[in-house]
Amino acid sequence: MAENRHSALGLNDEQILEMYKTMLLARRIDERMWLLNRSGKIPFVISCQGQEAAQVGASFALNREQDYVLPYYRDVGVVLTFGMTAKDLMLSAFAKSEDPSSGGRQMPGHFGQKKNRIVTGSSPVTTQVPHAVGIALAGKMEGKDLVTFVTFGEGSSNQGDFHEGANFAGVHKLPVIFMCENNKYAISVPIEKQLSCERVSDRAIGYGMPGVTVDGNDPLEVYKAVKEAADRGRRGEGPTLIETVSYRLTPHSSDDDDRSYRAPDEVAEAKTKDPIITFGAYLKEAGIMDDKLEKEINDEVMNIVNEATEYAENAPYAPPEYAMKHVYAEQ
Amino acid sequence: MSIQQITMPQLGESVTEGTISKWLVKPGDKVNKYDPLAEVMTDKVNAEIPSSFTGIIKELIAEEGDTLEVGEIICSIEAEESGAELSDRDPEQISQEKKTPTNEKSEDQNQSNKTRYSPAVLKLSQEHGIDLKQVNGTGAGGRITRKDLLSIIESGDIPKEHAANERVVREQKETVKNEGIGAEKPRPTAPQVSVVAGDIEIPVTGIRKAIAGNMLRSKQEIPHAWTMVEVDVTELVEYRNSLKEEFKTKEGFNLTFFAFFVKAVAQALKEFPQLNSIWAGDKIIQKKDINLSIAVATEEALFVPVIKMADEKTIKGIAREISELAAKTRNGTLRSEDMQGGTFTVNNTGAFGSVQSMGIINYPQAAILQVESIVKRPVVMNNGMIAVRDMVNLCLSLDHRILDGLVCGRFLQRLKEILESTSKENTSIY
Amino acid sequence: MAVISYIDAVTMAIREEMERDSKVFVLGEDVGRKGGVFKATQGLYEQFGEQRVIDTPLAESAIAGVGIGAALYGMRPIAEMQFADFIMPAVNQIISEAARIRYRSNNDWNCPIVIRAPYGGGVHGALYHSQSVEAVFANQPGLKIVMPSTPYDVKGLLKAAIRDDDPVLFFEHKRAYRLIKGEVPNDDYVLPIGKADVKRKGEDITVITYGLCVHFALQAAEKLAADGISAHILDLRTVYPLDKEAIIEAAAKTGKVLLITEDNKEGSIMSEVSAIIAEHCLFELDAPIQRLAGPDIPAMPYAPTMEKFFMVNPEKVEQAMRELAEF
Repeated sequence: MAENRHSALGLNDEQILEMYKTMLLARRIDERMWLLNRSGKIPFVISCQGQEAAQVGASFALNREQDYVLPYYRDVGVVLTFGMTAKDLMLSAFAKSEDPSSGGRQMPGHFGQKKNRIVTGSSPVTTQVPHAVGIALAGKMEGKDLVTFVTFGEGSSNQGDFHEGANFAGVHKLPVIFMCENNKYAISVPIEKQLSCERVSDRAIGYGMPGVTVDGNDPLEVYKAVKEAADRGRRGEGPTLIETVSYRLTPHSSDDDDRSYRAPDEVAEAKTKDPIITFGAYLKEAGIMDDKLEKEINDEVMNIVNEATEYAENAPYAPPEYAMKHVYAEQ
Repeated sequence: MSIQQITMPQLGESVTEGTISKWLVKPGDKVNKYDPLAEVMTDKVNAEIPSSFTGIIKELIAEEGDTLEVGEIICSIEAEESGAELSDRDPEQISQEKKTPTNEKSEDQNQSNKTRYSPAVLKLSQEHGIDLKQVNGTGAGGRITRKDLLSIIESGDIPKEHAANERVVREQKETVKNEGIGAEKPRPTAPQVSVVAGDIEIPVTGIRKAIAGNMLRSKQEIPHAWTMVEVDVTELVEYRNSLKEEFKTKEGFNLTFFAFFVKAVAQALKEFPQLNSIWAGDKIIQKKDINLSIAVATEEALFVPVIKMADEKTIKGIAREISELAAKTRNGTLRSEDMQGGTFTVNNTGAFGSVQSMGIINYPQAAILQVESIVKRPVVMNNGMIAVRDMVNLCLSLDHRILDGLVCGRFLQRLKEILESTSKENTSIY
Repeated sequence: MAVISYIDAVTMAIREEMERDSKVFVLGEDVGRKGGVFKATQGLYEQFGEQRVIDTPLAESAIAGVGIGAALYGMRPIAEMQFADFIMPAVNQIISEAARIRYRSNNDWNCPIVIRAPYGGGVHGALYHSQSVEAVFANQPGLKIVMPSTPYDVKGLLKAAIRDDDPVLFFEHKRAYRLIKGEVPNDDYVLPIGKADVKRKGEDITVITYGLCVHFALQAAEKLAADGISAHILDLRTVYPLDKEAIIEAAAKTGKVLLITEDNKEGSIMSEVSAIIAEHCLFELDAPIQRLAGPDIPAMPYAPTMEKFFMVNPEKVEQAMRELAEF
């Protein structure tokens, strides 16, 4: 039996099975969306595949009752952990009226759900970073114990809003966790054309905060880093920058063909480190999951995905004139 | 079981077509929902198209190498269930179907924009002398469009102003017979007036509407000119006052000043028949008979009964007729024939104490005379002395298309002469 | 009622709102200890402390973005851009984020932020301290843009902006800061955002404008009145979304309309006002719609000759009004 790493982090078996299940649900939802796209039923997909471990591991380290998350467009694992459902995500994919993120106004991947403190996002990248700082500032002013958790890609770590937001949080010692999900590609441009420093986390020192780089395929390692950052934040010691290194297993989006800019071998190699496989293996080695349980979990997840697809496909669109609503507060 | 069709999906935001690079199934194959059916190549991505149904492949409609537009059928499947039919349809298509057809445009009777002329329309109408009143607008609410005028200009058949009057007179001939002054014409749109508490709204109907229509037409169509003379009727007043009591006792009705004036007008018209004319568009008709319309007011309205052949009647006869017509008007027994055939109007505005007024011509007559109040005024006489005299103003409105100042001046001069020489010595009332 | 300056009305409105609601706070460059480069936040740091009057790092996108974050949480931030000219780094935050938050979240989230910025010329501020930037933001549904002309309007509208549940850009004319004084009640009052205000009633010509130009128009109207020309002056106050009803009413009243802005002419607020009038008042107009505005050059130059050439001033306004009256 392999080393039990999760107990050392204060996680029980049930919790890490839940983590696995959430990762798997994120993956299966994503896969279904590709099929729906290829059958012409939904116009667009943008994927979480390969980053589920980082997303779910990090989210489990937060307080899901009070912390705020500001996900970027791949964070299916984050929003599922914070309370969104497969049905919610499918409604968004089909652009149906009940989509909690936007009521069918935004493309999939633009998450938002106030009741779960999932902060609404847009398409221009990195704009959510200063928002995370502002919410942390507000929480501090109001004497709350919350931290804010904001994610972005390594390409986005070049945006002014990342630097302006990180600097502000550093100066004001605000409880913000900046997590860069480094998946090696910004659409087609590889990381070496994005950064001249070795790691994204090297940037932290410029803003007076600790920067760490962890294996993004290992949910437990990410959990540990985020837990420490959250604790620091709550202690009033300020923000932390965490870089999770993983690999984008799909093309950038349903509109992209990645064969034009990266070798199939590279993708195949990365798939051997697929976190769904490696974390599944850990659970088995740790004696928490056997083949039977694995199949049960998979079947359960597939049922959820099927039901969600069915529901969302048959759900109504918003009426056309609904486009006029909610530009301003209703008088 | 139902036959379902698989179509070429849109693979990418700007993609419009896809090429079947390889079929992964053949007719008769059993497929599950989401099983791959074919490999497709597009400008943006290469992808496998999954099945939307569980069932048996019936027919491959497209061949390998075929390029199909998004939405074209690539194959058919005998499906086990047909759950997703509705949501397969284009949402736009659905919302369009929901719309009830509203193309059955009902005949647009609304003419509220008929006289709303755009700057472009006004400019064209001025440049080409187009009488807009004769143009039928094809725009919303009957509005005349620039295009309406351009096609009129192109056709060369430009409606000028006189042509309009020809038509109106033809109409007039008919309506005037029936209704006298009360002929109704299309009215322009109502102005936007806000009504506040305490204001009384009186609906414009019946006679009021007829008067409004007639006055408007007269005022809009006839180029009115106006002139006035002052008449010394001291002798006339003396004469009439000397007869007044006796006449009333003997005849049973009043000998009014107005009767003297009507008689004098009839006499002057005989000498100046130009004023006893009717406008008929391309011609002016000088009437043989002198039929004088006299305006009689009631509380609600104005009527214009006619004294026929006034030139053939005595002052007494005229006084009787005035008395009878006035009585009929007041008790509502005036008949339409009593109001027909007027050739000139005399209006007794003096009855209300008016000393000056500008009458609106009783269309299609040529002129109207307002007999004002007789007032005592100091007047410089021929000998340079100042004397108190009975003076009256006679105001003439004339249709300047029919009449000119000269003839009207002469007419008024003659009328003045007749009235100033009216006296016991010169005039008989019988 | 006290007579105070335009800038003192700004300070008064912020102070009263901060006293009224603990969620209201100020952030920006130099707003704290210094009290702002124009002194618009003077005394607030002393009264409310550095937690609520925050000197931020020099980074406009963060000032806007952090403010937006706080507003998402439920605070009522008042973010200051030191000069309207420097708002450009924050445009992505204002347009892509603040303006769209309510709409894109289907009314789940909202963003009650006020972004204040001094704008306008006539202060020898040259290309980057004189600009009018409202047109950049004036086709972004979700935003409101308020540009008051008088101290009374400043106080009532700024308080309304702070209490508004949607983002408001509040542009203050920097030349008006100390030039324009007026009566301002000490009471708590708000004025409606989105409503224009008739600043003078008249019969012969209509002038529609906002900001400092309102005062130019009022001055000119006095002179014209002596010659028997009566001018109707409408102060837009909110330049986005526009008070269409008031614009149509004012234009239809006289049928002769002069639109004044000190911004560049093409694509300005007045282009839109002009379009509204053209759409609705064809049959009311008695003259072509006239616009008096800055020329279409990047911004006003530093040299006094060229600055004067660019700026709208009372003489130019008077001449334009007179010409329209004579049409």
